[in-house]
Amino acid sequence: MGVPPVSDYEPVIGLEIHVQLSTRTKMFCGCRLSFSDPPNIHTCPTCLGLPGALPVVNERAIHFGIMIGLALGCEISERSLFHRKNYFYPDLPKGYQISQYDVPLCLGGRLGEVRIHRVHLEEDAAKLNHLGASGRIHGSDRSWVDFNRGGTPLVEIVTEPDIRSPEQAREWLILLRTTLRQLGVSDVDMSQGSLRCDANVSIRPTGTTELGTKTELKNMNSFAFLERGVRAEIERQRRLVEHGEAVVQETLHFDPVSGGLTPLRSKEEAHDYRYFPEPDLVPIVVGEEMMSAARADMPAELPADRAVRFERDLGLHADTARLFAFRSELGDYFERALAAANGSHKNGGLEPAELSNWIPQLVERIGSDADPASSNVTPESLATLATMVKAREVSRDAAREVLTLLVKEGGDPRAIVEREGLGAITAQDNGLAEIVDQAIASDPAAAEQVRAGNMKAIGPLVGHVMRETKGRADGGEITRLIRKALGL
Amino acid sequence: MSDPIDLTAAQAAERIGAGEITAAELFEAYRARAAADDLNAFTWVADAAPESNGRPDTPLAGVPIAAKDLFCTEGVPSQSGSKILEGYRPPYTATVVSKLHEAGAPLLGKTNQDEFAMGSSNENSGFGPVLNPWDHGRVPGGSSGGSAAAVAAGLAPWAIGTDTGGSIRQPASLCGIVGLKPTYGACSRYGMIAFASSLDQAGPLTRDVTDAALMLRHMIGRDHLDSTSLEFPGEIALPSAEDLKGIRLGVPEDLTGAEGGIEPGVRSNFEATLELAERLGASIEPCRLPHAPHALSAYYLIAPAEASANLARFDGVRYGLRVDGDKDLVTMYSRTREVGFGPEVKRRIMLGTYALSSGYYDAYYGTAQKVRTKIAEDFRSAFEQFDFIVTPTSPCVAFELGAKLSDPLAMYLNDFLAVPMSLAGIPAISIPSGLSDGLPVGFQLAAPAFNESRLLDAAYALERAVGFDGSSARV
Repeated sequence: MGVPPVSDYEPVIGLEIHVQLSTRTKMFCGCRLSFSDPPNIHTCPTCLGLPGALPVVNERAIHFGIMIGLALGCEISERSLFHRKNYFYPDLPKGYQISQYDVPLCLGGRLGEVRIHRVHLEEDAAKLNHLGASGRIHGSDRSWVDFNRGGTPLVEIVTEPDIRSPEQAREWLILLRTTLRQLGVSDVDMSQGSLRCDANVSIRPTGTTELGTKTELKNMNSFAFLERGVRAEIERQRRLVEHGEAVVQETLHFDPVSGGLTPLRSKEEAHDYRYFPEPDLVPIVVGEEMMSAARADMPAELPADRAVRFERDLGLHADTARLFAFRSELGDYFERALAAANGSHKNGGLEPAELSNWIPQLVERIGSDADPASSNVTPESLATLATMVKAREVSRDAAREVLTLLVKEGGDPRAIVEREGLGAITAQDNGLAEIVDQAIASDPAAAEQVRAGNMKAIGPLVGHVMRETKGRADGGEITRLIRKALGL
Repeated sequence: MSDPIDLTAAQAAERIGAGEITAAELFEAYRARAAADDLNAFTWVADAAPESNGRPDTPLAGVPIAAKDLFCTEGVPSQSGSKILEGYRPPYTATVVSKLHEAGAPLLGKTNQDEFAMGSSNENSGFGPVLNPWDHGRVPGGSSGGSAAAVAAGLAPWAIGTDTGGSIRQPASLCGIVGLKPTYGACSRYGMIAFASSLDQAGPLTRDVTDAALMLRHMIGRDHLDSTSLEFPGEIALPSAEDLKGIRLGVPEDLTGAEGGIEPGVRSNFEATLELAERLGASIEPCRLPHAPHALSAYYLIAPAEASANLARFDGVRYGLRVDGDKDLVTMYSRTREVGFGPEVKRRIMLGTYALSSGYYDAYYGTAQKVRTKIAEDFRSAFEQFDFIVTPTSPCVAFELGAKLSDPLAMYLNDFLAVPMSLAGIPAISIPSGLSDGLPVGFQLAAPAFNESRLLDAAYALERAVGFDGSSARV
């Protein structure tokens, strides 16, 4: 049996996400969380791993963990355990990380189209700084440890291998970030490390269900790097298979500068973490009281639900619905504009989908990362503009010009249309029929072709009218008038 | 009253309260003796009593304590008997020590111990062995050997130690004093340099049962810094029982049979003590603890497993010893731990690491935990019929220095009778019950969890009947 052609291989991707929780204090001690303070000022016997010090669980972190579990549709364990994960490294003061192992806080679940395997709580390591050219501990002249970060509460979210493309991985991670941000449990900033993502990548013949040998990708600290790293790894694995070589299970480090992947350690070098239940802590018992407290703090609607509502109830295009839901500032702006349109679609007025098309237009003008709410264009004025287009009071092209002016100076779209003389010219207006006649006269060849049935030839004629009317006439209306003038 | 050294701690506190002696006089009397220690019982002795505690109007009125080296004491060496922590002075004080300070007991000194509390003879200390005050050629027991020897020799009025698998009771037995291991969770472990977290428990080593009760009263209580500590139900009462009427004592034949290796002298003393108890009104019957003979095997998996993780922090990075690694991290780790740890500690780290290894966990650590549960169940059902379970504390009296050093298994067997109670998490006390060939023998009583007051009462009645005189060790 031959090897299937490489094009018939599909990627299988699962993500492991670490989220720093924005609690006031650390996971197992009372030290404050901080990001840019001088090193080693937020430390105590516990987070320094001094002899005799003991951990005490941060209740708030459990509360946040439960909220995340609820948002991801997980089953919350009534009783879960902390374990010790043993390994030596200077950023790990106790020689073990307190984490969760076979009885995590949350099991199962789903976000969007990706199933969640588990969610558990643990503590972050300290931060290492190395002196020397290597930038790593091996070969460095000297290394410093900053324990301010050590012991920061972390939630690890592990997905099932349900992702099938680098783009999907990126989009799903954005959805997760928006969800977590809306929960208010984390800063979820990839550049600051409060959201970190590793990916498990394998490929397999399309249509098969068995998983191939996977590799683990680390250090993809932006959405773009995640997409690029996963893509590079899929390509690397495809090339291996193409050359009849096997994928080796290993951990790879993604270098965003070169775009390359370098091995960190192979399966043979994998740690034996010697997990065992943490004897310094008692099991986490989640009672009804903690569950109700977590439910009470949940937002009314999470991004995944919002996307469904936008698409199903408001009839938005699926991509737009997800864009607005995953980037909640766009969704919020859209909903305010919709409210300003005052439910006019229910009386045959502006449809939500028509309104939604104007938001990418606005985003294009203010910069893709900007929040439209802080632009000069109020949701009310955008709604007004969209309503005017719908009522043919202004042509689509002229409205784009109005929008540009609104972004620049703000104000009322009606006033701008008035001031700039951009109101729509319709058939009732005397001038328009005249301009149509001019257009036909100026390009008799095109007119002849249209008469002969070649409707593509109408373009230059419409363009002529558009130019003459400075875009104030509606394209459909112009086409109708040209055809009429040509006796069609 | 001539010499304050002849007073028990409770008596001394009373005299200070009555203005008959001052706390400063008492402290200085002990300080001078501790400073002249020829048993190597102390690793550090205070220069003077701290001014901040020991006021006569406090419950402990300034009667000073000696603390096992592994209790963290702010600014004072706390080395857990290990070279890897030589000279280490922690920035904070263990909860139990703070509580005793608050009750009016200042720190007299720190006492020698087996390294990281691993040992039954105190010969595993990084700072040399401790000598038994009854016979300087013999061991004081361990791991709280320094605390036991100091109290027996009158170098300290009383001391705190820790018991993981007999480390308070066995040295108390070998030195002819009282040693109490409280219920697991009764005392905070915060600030105790850990050996095996699920077993370690602080407790008193004292001259008599009343002192043990008085000291324990000021040690117990839930500590928000130790999640495994528990609110103690009620107060520790000072003991007052004069007899043992209606008390049912169970003698576990699974431990006291041939397997226990109990010396003839210890056995005859044990039987004589049982007769005394009977005369005080107790009923004595054999009982079963069918899984208890496996306690030692389970213990030597669970304790080293936990220790292998607890001792990982001694890596040379932040405190204690660091041996240079020629710019290589792993070399620095291995050299530091090679030089810093003694052979017994290394042995247990290797045992524990192995027991937790992938593929062996279920067979070793997992099975040991199951045995532990079975042992706790054994005690629970025994306590349905008996008030206390009694055994000799140690199968033997103090042995000669070096006698068991080359045979770890023989050394481990010293704790055969003490370890089952540790695994069950229940309180147990050792009281001196006489001499065998001129060396002290200990009698152990174990009670259900949180029954310390009843346990102390029974031990008190028996102590009075025994009438042990330990004064010859206080020269």
